[in-house]
Amino acid sequence: MKRQPPVLEVKGLTTQFSARKKAVTVVDQVDFSVQKGETLGIVGESGCGKSVTSLSIMRLLGKSGKVVAGSVLFEGKDILELEEKEMRTIRGNRLAMIFQEPMTSLNPVLTIGRQIGEVLKLHTSLGQEERKRRVIELIAQVGIPRAQEIYGEYPHRLSGGMRQRVMIAMAMACRPQLLIADEPTTALDVTIQAQMLGLIREMRKETGMSVMLITHDLGVIAEMCDRVLVMYAGQVIESADVRTLLRHPKHPYTKGLIRSVPHHSRGEKRLYAISGNVPSPGEWPTGCRFAARCTEAMPICHEESPALSTLQDGSFCRCWLHDDLVPAEGRSIP
Amino acid sequence: MTKPILEVKGLKKHFAAKSGWFQPTEYVQAVNGINLTVHEGETLSIVGESGCGKSTTGRCLLRLLEPTSGEIWYRGKDLTKLAGKEMRAMRSQLQMVFQDPFATLNPKLTIRRILEEPLIAQKVPKTRRAALIEETIHIVGLNPSHLDRYPHQFSGGQRQRIGIARALMLRPQLIVADEPVSALDVSIQSQILNLLQDLQEQFGMTYIFISHDLGVVEHISDRVAVMYLGEIVELGSKAELFQNPLHPYTKALISAIPISDPDEQKERIILQGDLPSPASPPKGCRFHPRCQSCMDICRTEVPKETYVLGQMVKCHLYS
Repeated sequence: MKRQPPVLEVKGLTTQFSARKKAVTVVDQVDFSVQKGETLGIVGESGCGKSVTSLSIMRLLGKSGKVVAGSVLFEGKDILELEEKEMRTIRGNRLAMIFQEPMTSLNPVLTIGRQIGEVLKLHTSLGQEERKRRVIELIAQVGIPRAQEIYGEYPHRLSGGMRQRVMIAMAMACRPQLLIADEPTTALDVTIQAQMLGLIREMRKETGMSVMLITHDLGVIAEMCDRVLVMYAGQVIESADVRTLLRHPKHPYTKGLIRSVPHHSRGEKRLYAISGNVPSPGEWPTGCRFAARCTEAMPICHEESPALSTLQDGSFCRCWLHDDLVPAEGRSIP
Repeated sequence: MTKPILEVKGLKKHFAAKSGWFQPTEYVQAVNGINLTVHEGETLSIVGESGCGKSTTGRCLLRLLEPTSGEIWYRGKDLTKLAGKEMRAMRSQLQMVFQDPFATLNPKLTIRRILEEPLIAQKVPKTRRAALIEETIHIVGLNPSHLDRYPHQFSGGQRQRIGIARALMLRPQLIVADEPVSALDVSIQSQILNLLQDLQEQFGMTYIFISHDLGVVEHISDRVAVMYLGEIVELGSKAELFQNPLHPYTKALISAIPISDPDEQKERIILQGDLPSPASPPKGCRFHPRCQSCMDICRTEVPKETYVLGQMVKCHLYS
């Protein structure tokens, strides 16, 4: 298969937040790409930087956050270099995002129709009548019954699942090239989650868009993604295609994460647990950031930070155990 | 089977919801006639989607909410009939662990003070308090140096340990744990689940475990009750319920769990629509508008509790 250029290419993305005159790095040198039509999953625990990564790409960091290094190539253009005005023509148009909390992402005093219509008003030249027709079409497309009536309703009249459908309709309004979904089903019940994942899958098939799915749920990853990125303490620590990652995880953290899902210890009395806590940004240790919680930590792990190295099966891993540069025996600092 | 520690009969909790001054009062039927027996030393889970009444049930069992009607028999006493003083004494045996360890610890109190609170309420002599607090903080895997800190200095997992320590202070017989791990990350979640299991072994406690996460429920429970719109629609042993679910809702719920193995993807039953409002539940079987096996009788008649090989199910398919 001939490789087309990727839809999104992130290189060395580093994002800092400043609080009380102190800059804290939250995302540290993150590299990845999303191919056309591909679904990339980003998995990690809270505080690992996965949401900030997506907000950096959307340039929605707010006042306190700042991308200090790296580039984000979207369709070949570095969007970090764009003027805010230009960025606005892309955001919500070619590059769309859905958020975790459908309650707080909708404006409570505007009707559903008006909010979806706003996207079309900004990015298309459709007239008022046409816009309304298209919005109703979109509402129906995401599986909301009585689209005509819902058009004039306010968000508080809808359930959580319905609101998330509205968010998806809004994101899909301009048929984006890339949809960034940040924990789109975390606030929803399992049966509604199944509906929502089905809907995203359908939309992807229909439009051929790429999806960047951020989640902490390995089940959702297995069901939706082609390739997966595992993040820990602001860094990418492993990336591989979904089968390799779930079947043959390399990094001790990924292994632990998979083993701590209750489903995997079916029949076992005790669950596998990773001891300790995720270090918060600003308190990252030198050396490997996972070393303090790792069961296989060696002396070098506490001293020097491992690089993200390519492995034989094409996956990437940031771990001294899988670093070929170090001889297998010693693996300590000379 | 060991003897029952808690027997619930016809428990109801209706909340009044007034929509306007001159409108008639509506009643939200959050819990609508629950029968439940909990055995000594077991973990009974109540599982269901948000709004199904599982948390309300948990709170009613400990009378943190006053039930509208029904009986709650705990060791030969009906908790709903106990007067203030008696109930207060009883509370030393009945404790609760809450979901959000951020909202349930007073930010202005040190951990020592938070853990002392239940001892003060139950009039444990001052001389014994310090020792009890130190012993308990060890039991939940923290150490005495943590006692003089404030809640904001702890991570989510540690806070939940403190929440558990507080529930444990009086060495209760029964703990109602309302979504104790849903706010936590996977790797921390398993630490807390292991801790809960260890404590159960050590102290022989009984758990009522409330959760929406079927994976967690499958791991920790002996028996499972599935709730839908204020009613228990199925109750059975964990093994039976997960391998051979009877109620169409249970089937859909189990099939909706995403499995973290790309090659083990299964046939999915995707439920249509949302949970109806508990203020105006559907007539007949409450699940019928979303049910794929809905029959005529389901629209008109409320199904009775039926037993199929020891498993309770509330569905016309089995009556």
